[in-house]
Amino acid sequence: MKTSTPTARKASLISCHSCHLLSKAVSIAKNQAAYCPRCGARLHSRKPNSTARTWALIFAAFIFYIPANVLPITTVISFGKAQSDTIMSGVIYFVKSGSWPIALVIFVASVFVPLLKLFLLTFLLISVHRKSRWRPKDRTRLYRITEAVGRWSMVDIYVVTILVALVKLGSLATIEAGPGAIFFAGVVVITMFAAMSFDPRLIWDAQESHDER
Amino acid sequence: MNDLKSLIACHECDLLHQRRPLPPDATARCVRCGAVLYRRKRNSLDRVLALTMTGLVLFIVANVYPFLTFRLEAQVQETNLVTGIVELYGQGMWIVAGVVLMTTIVMPLLELSGMLFILVPIKFRRRPWKLPLLFRSVLSFRPWGMMEVFMIGILVAAVKLVKMASIIPGTALYAFMVLIFILAASAAALDPHIIWKTLD
Repeated sequence: MKTSTPTARKASLISCHSCHLLSKAVSIAKNQAAYCPRCGARLHSRKPNSTARTWALIFAAFIFYIPANVLPITTVISFGKAQSDTIMSGVIYFVKSGSWPIALVIFVASVFVPLLKLFLLTFLLISVHRKSRWRPKDRTRLYRITEAVGRWSMVDIYVVTILVALVKLGSLATIEAGPGAIFFAGVVVITMFAAMSFDPRLIWDAQESHDER
Repeated sequence: MNDLKSLIACHECDLLHQRRPLPPDATARCVRCGAVLYRRKRNSLDRVLALTMTGLVLFIVANVYPFLTFRLEAQVQETNLVTGIVELYGQGMWIVAGVVLMTTIVMPLLELSGMLFILVPIKFRRRPWKLPLLFRSVLSFRPWGMMEVFMIGILVAAVKLVKMASIIPGTALYAFMVLIFILAASAAALDPHIIWKTLD
């Protein structure tokens, strides 16, 4: 298989990212676009500006990650006293009250997964820039992980939504969402876009350009 | 040049493969990176149509009936699926309210109704209206529907409040729980290639 792997790009074909129909790549003028003859999606041999877009989104997410964790995501107002909670203090509360599994769910979904995603995408981007040939199959697998786990980080936002809906007891107890929730929702949405904008085929392109030599 | 429709490129590593007929419920994977190339499902369209219709009914039930009831002595707080979103919006958290609205109500509803608009005409051997645009949209909405994540959120919130007051599950909650399984089953039963092939 080492000798000349047949890829769509080498065969001058473009695979439609939506319906997977192959089209012949015809040379088109710079500002023109080609569309899939079957489903009408725009054709790209690789996702456009994949690395630049992914870098930009990763940086934005890293910046949002800090206020998301430092600012409170909920404020409980009970008998005039306000108590604010950040994501981490919520985790600590569950650990102290003995709800270990819940503490673990929140920690993994809200703290660990977003960071893991950001570091994995950064690693993949650097490896693509360096035209690394190190274990492309495993790197593709890492990409699949970043794509699959991202949505689960939304858990904390939903917890806040439900708490806010249920605890409206006037002066007795009221829960309000804090500014951290805005940044946290931002981190989840931005990292999902970042994972979508990365093109795993770039991992394999380095492999092929080496094989040709 | 051989027929382009008999070939498929791996969407994760670009390797070209020859399409081969598969036995039912089998999966073709890329020989180089292991990504799923295509699947063959038994009665894919009929099953997805049935699941979609069930899903829409459950979706309505989940949004109309009370979701959770919070009781602390004499105080009773009944909520619907949208209550939290309205409340967040009222607190000035319109970005968060928007994200929750999109991921738990708008996207799942668009996905379900979009599939219905595609599958019912196909069932009656008609060409669905704007099929390419519609199906492309449905596929792109899919990652943004996060009802199963919301379910975990309910669990965590319930554990958090259970020491403070009693939480009573409502009709909508049960509908919601079934809906999650229906959506997962529908996604698993769908063979997108059959739908694209109706355009050839």
